[in-house]
Amino acid sequence: MSLDAITLSVIQAALQQTCDEMDLAFSRAAFSPVIAEANDRSDGIYSAIDGALIAQGSQGLPVFVGVMQHSTKTIIEMISDGRCLPPEEGDIYIVNDPYLGGTHLMDVRFAMPVWRKGKIFCWLSNTGHWPDIGGSVPGGFSASATAVEQEGLRLPPVKLFKKGVMDPEIYAIICSNIRVADQRIGDIRAQAAALHVGQDRLFQILDRYGDETVITAIAELRRRAAEQMRAHISALPDGTYQSKAFVDSDGVVDAPLTIALSIEKTGETLTFDFASSSKPCVGPMNSVLATTLSSVYLAMRHIFPDVPISAGAFEPLLIKRPEGTFLDAHYPRPVSGCAAEVSQRIAEAVFAAMVQAAPENVTAAPAGSSGNFALGGNDPSRGRDYVMYQISGGGYGGNAGHDGLSNGCSTIGISKSPPVEIMEQAYPVLYRQYALREGSGGAGRHRGGFGLAYEIELLRGEARASFVMDHGRFGPQGALGGKDGAVNVVTVFRDGQPHVPPHLSKEQDIPLKAGDRVLVGTPGGGGYGDALSREPELVLRDVALGYYTRAQAAEMFGVAVDDAGVDVEATARLRRDA
Amino acid sequence: MDEKIPAMAGNVVAGIDVGGTFTDLLLVDGADGGAIHIAKTPTTIENQAHGVIAALAETGFPIAGIDLIVHGTTTTTNAVLERRLAITGMITTRGFRDVIELGRRTRPQPYGMTGVFVPVIPRNLRLEVSERVEASGRVREALDEDGMRASVRELIDAGCEALVIHFLHSYANPTHERRAAEIARELWPNGHITTGHSLLSEAREFERGVTASVNAAVQPILERYIARLRQELATRGYARDFLIMNGNGGMISARFVTREAAKTVMSGPASGVIAAAYTGRRAGFENLVTYDMGGTSTDVALILNAEPAVSNEIEIEYAMPIHVPMVAVHTVGAGGGSIARVDASGLIQVGPDSAGANPGPICYGRGGSEPTITDANLVLGRLDPKKLLAVDNPVTVEAVRKIFENSIGKAIGLDGTAAAGAVLRLGNIRMAGAIRMVSVSRGHDPRDFTLFAFGGAGPLHASALARELGLPRVLVPARPGITNALGCVVADLRHDFVNTVNQPVAMLDEDRVRDVLARHRADGEALIAKEAIRPKSIRVSHSADMQFVGQTHIINVPLPSPEVDRATLQGLFEKAYFARFKVDLPEIRANLVNLNTSVTGVRPDIDLSRLIDPAGRAPTLAEALRQTRPVWFDGNWRDTPVYLRDKLPLNAEIEGPAILEQMDATAVLEPGDRAHSDRDGNIIVEVGGTG
Repeated sequence: MSLDAITLSVIQAALQQTCDEMDLAFSRAAFSPVIAEANDRSDGIYSAIDGALIAQGSQGLPVFVGVMQHSTKTIIEMISDGRCLPPEEGDIYIVNDPYLGGTHLMDVRFAMPVWRKGKIFCWLSNTGHWPDIGGSVPGGFSASATAVEQEGLRLPPVKLFKKGVMDPEIYAIICSNIRVADQRIGDIRAQAAALHVGQDRLFQILDRYGDETVITAIAELRRRAAEQMRAHISALPDGTYQSKAFVDSDGVVDAPLTIALSIEKTGETLTFDFASSSKPCVGPMNSVLATTLSSVYLAMRHIFPDVPISAGAFEPLLIKRPEGTFLDAHYPRPVSGCAAEVSQRIAEAVFAAMVQAAPENVTAAPAGSSGNFALGGNDPSRGRDYVMYQISGGGYGGNAGHDGLSNGCSTIGISKSPPVEIMEQAYPVLYRQYALREGSGGAGRHRGGFGLAYEIELLRGEARASFVMDHGRFGPQGALGGKDGAVNVVTVFRDGQPHVPPHLSKEQDIPLKAGDRVLVGTPGGGGYGDALSREPELVLRDVALGYYTRAQAAEMFGVAVDDAGVDVEATARLRRDA
Repeated sequence: MDEKIPAMAGNVVAGIDVGGTFTDLLLVDGADGGAIHIAKTPTTIENQAHGVIAALAETGFPIAGIDLIVHGTTTTTNAVLERRLAITGMITTRGFRDVIELGRRTRPQPYGMTGVFVPVIPRNLRLEVSERVEASGRVREALDEDGMRASVRELIDAGCEALVIHFLHSYANPTHERRAAEIARELWPNGHITTGHSLLSEAREFERGVTASVNAAVQPILERYIARLRQELATRGYARDFLIMNGNGGMISARFVTREAAKTVMSGPASGVIAAAYTGRRAGFENLVTYDMGGTSTDVALILNAEPAVSNEIEIEYAMPIHVPMVAVHTVGAGGGSIARVDASGLIQVGPDSAGANPGPICYGRGGSEPTITDANLVLGRLDPKKLLAVDNPVTVEAVRKIFENSIGKAIGLDGTAAAGAVLRLGNIRMAGAIRMVSVSRGHDPRDFTLFAFGGAGPLHASALARELGLPRVLVPARPGITNALGCVVADLRHDFVNTVNQPVAMLDEDRVRDVLARHRADGEALIAKEAIRPKSIRVSHSADMQFVGQTHIINVPLPSPEVDRATLQGLFEKAYFARFKVDLPEIRANLVNLNTSVTGVRPDIDLSRLIDPAGRAPTLAEALRQTRPVWFDGNWRDTPVYLRDKLPLNAEIEGPAILEQMDATAVLEPGDRAHSDRDGNIIVEVGGTG
């Protein structure tokens, strides 16, 4: 059977809509702010045969692009070789094992087979970031973990729902191993309800167009998505594009980790080779294979956002398995940093290589860090313990059309940061400033966006500060002659004395008492193109707005600004001598 | 419980809506049995007052004889979207001047690491003073009054016309903002001073700051516009007060409107929704999805039990939240100008690019060369090329068809007509999907709803969309093209109040809840008493925003009476939550987030039965037939009767396919539809094939 372009387009829109409605249902019903507000979740439809991605919600967290096809594939394999109980109608499997096609332990996946005429038609799966999954620190981001057991409870695929009913025993085991367990029932119900929303919509599509037509359409859509990606690739010049990106340290050993990428473009395919990257690390900055692949996918989707997310889109991207590197970690390597930080460095490496091939489509490097600052302590005036998370954005890279955006969210995220006023209501802290970080945007014809500068004072009691950030050693890379953005800086003032974390962007459990302060400057975006070719009038405007000082205008852009405006002659001189 | 107040004296009411292209006027002459006067004139962008006066003149009705003018305006909306704002300064807490520029760490779209954002107030006009209030409301650092004075002078010297004072935690303790405003008033040359807490007394410094900034930056612009209009009207003999449509769907005196100017940014869309609610109630359809399709975007809103949904969290564009109670109108980025193309994989895509108003669709003859939804309607015989408004150089249907063939059809093996049919179908599916996300997918059963289609293009697509959405019925009002102006005519006086409680229901002080609701009511009644016109009655409705403890999203729960207790609140919430999510959570306690009240001064009913002049109606359907022309439905040309809407007999029964044409709108009945007219001249379409 062959389908006409109209039916295909209609079914494509309907499958996409199904996933978008699952995303919406999950977020709106969820309890955990990480899911409900930060949308740290994703929903999709997967092949019954091999788990290949059929469609995924457009508002899902980018880092989950493609991840669930690996975990669904694993479940299908484990069912067929008997390691998993066979599915029955109404069953939902739960899994969070990073090494079985996942990310870090906090990302918990549900997978539900959809039954049609007594057979599995496809799988629906979703991932939600749970606020806690046990382990040595609340929230799971232990910067000093050296084995996955320290990071929390690890679940192989097991049936949480059997024939539509939740298994109270498995639920009890989970609740006995995680913090703030009483609210998880709300998230579990929301996560399961989203799958049912998807199933209802899917049945409507199947009833309307017929199962056979939809099956044919799915195969054809996959083929066409591959074609679309190939069309983009074939427009790039043949060649090899190389790049490097660095993780400051693994949190335990103070040495940078290198992501070395070589992309070879031939005809209609891109081959990604990470073989020269660093070895697996002691601390939690390892990545599992599924996350590494997904990081490449999400970077490519940032570059070509018009290609629908499906297994077909990934076909022309040949990613060599980076065996023996920290990008393909095995049990029991700790992995909590893989989704939040390492994934963003992988994406940065992809951007830095691809901008050479597709300068119109790719930006200079964005800040690319989730900027996790956790403060845990006891508030004596309320008599209770708390854990506060401050996530922060940074500057985006300049690009062919514009300067970079300031204080954008992480490359792999779409979540908003919390308001200062809400943080001060909830925790014994006072923000002394929350400001644009002047001068941080990397110089370029189109400069990078600016990072954030914030300073927090502990008002009462004692607390411990932990940081999982990055780009402390090297700023986000400039592109095509543009300069790097400013590096991330963390300074902790204890008794007025400054302390800088030895690993710059990562440290755990720094003790604080009332009056101590934490000062963070997040990275600026990389500049794009030669800074000396930036319009002097734009530099003048940037100085007038206080983004750069006059000295920086001269030094970074070769533009002389005085009270009267741009000094044309002096500028010509500066640019000639530069 | 309605309280009777003498009804207003005058009964010649003119509603005037200024849209992007046209200024629409609807005048109802109560003295002449509800006689209707209608005018449509081009909008005069630079000074909207000229278009308003031209519309009034076009009716031929003496301006001095009008008792009440109600006006919906896009002055402030356009000012914000185009950043044609008054030069505005901000004075804020030391360390926080960048709050409105940094936002909440976002980007405009999930994929694509680019974006551009221009704050309402540029950074060099945002100054800081020393002062600090803690989250509890306790003053930590006194306001530096000398520093305040110096900053005010600096902003005056910089040429600022409006001023925002935005301090941290001013919702908890506004004394610093108030004192700072006093100081500023001594020096500021005009009254354009907005304090953060006065519009929105809630935590969240970015949203409150942007709301206040938008308010200040549009205030002088709105004030100038009101003054010009007032003067234009006065010289023509209308010296009375007039009313402005607010974003909450209520009217407010032009004398007071500038104080909370930000509330007018949704003036136009709100009036359309108000008209829909009013029309629907008279027609017996109280649950509506409203659908107003324009050139670049489509506005969608939900009406439950004849009450438009109100939201406190509207974002009018990327990173531009305006958090005051406004009718919850969702804008979907698809309209008549949405461009169709075939992508690299050979699939048809419609939008998100739009030809907008310029160059617009190909058929407008302004140089547009890419096929749009409007062009598809033309090729398929749904639109009559002779009846297009706003055409510069007519383009032949054949030429448009050729473009469909070349740019769409060739790639997928279709001729020009079939390609246009495919574009229309895809466009409808995309639009239906976007509408679902903001309406029925939020826990409502589509079978309970009627699609209320208005605007020039809404009725063209309504029946096809209703099929996609599973809505059984479409209501096309008598005058779809002037629905917003009708909203102005029928709107009530309205004031909304919100108080944040944020406490578990089990710990609530019931007396305090009742006190808050009673105070809302008293404040609303006092405000309405200040207006020049007298409503016929006052209607008060209360609701609670609630969630389970630990959640961040809220759902709105209507309260049947202000005499609520804890058990009632818990029960109402659990019921509403189950209806929305099909989830019971007996293990978890409920939380009361906000208490809301709206106080409405109900205006006298306006008779809509003469919107289409009864004298013009033909005695039989056959006599209303203008022509029969071929129209493309489901892959075939079908000879389709085209009726003149104004001539349809009131008892007409029409079977699809059919086309109903009137001055500014065209409605399409798909094959299988059955339609009839009601006493107000609405066409009610029972959609075929949704069973």
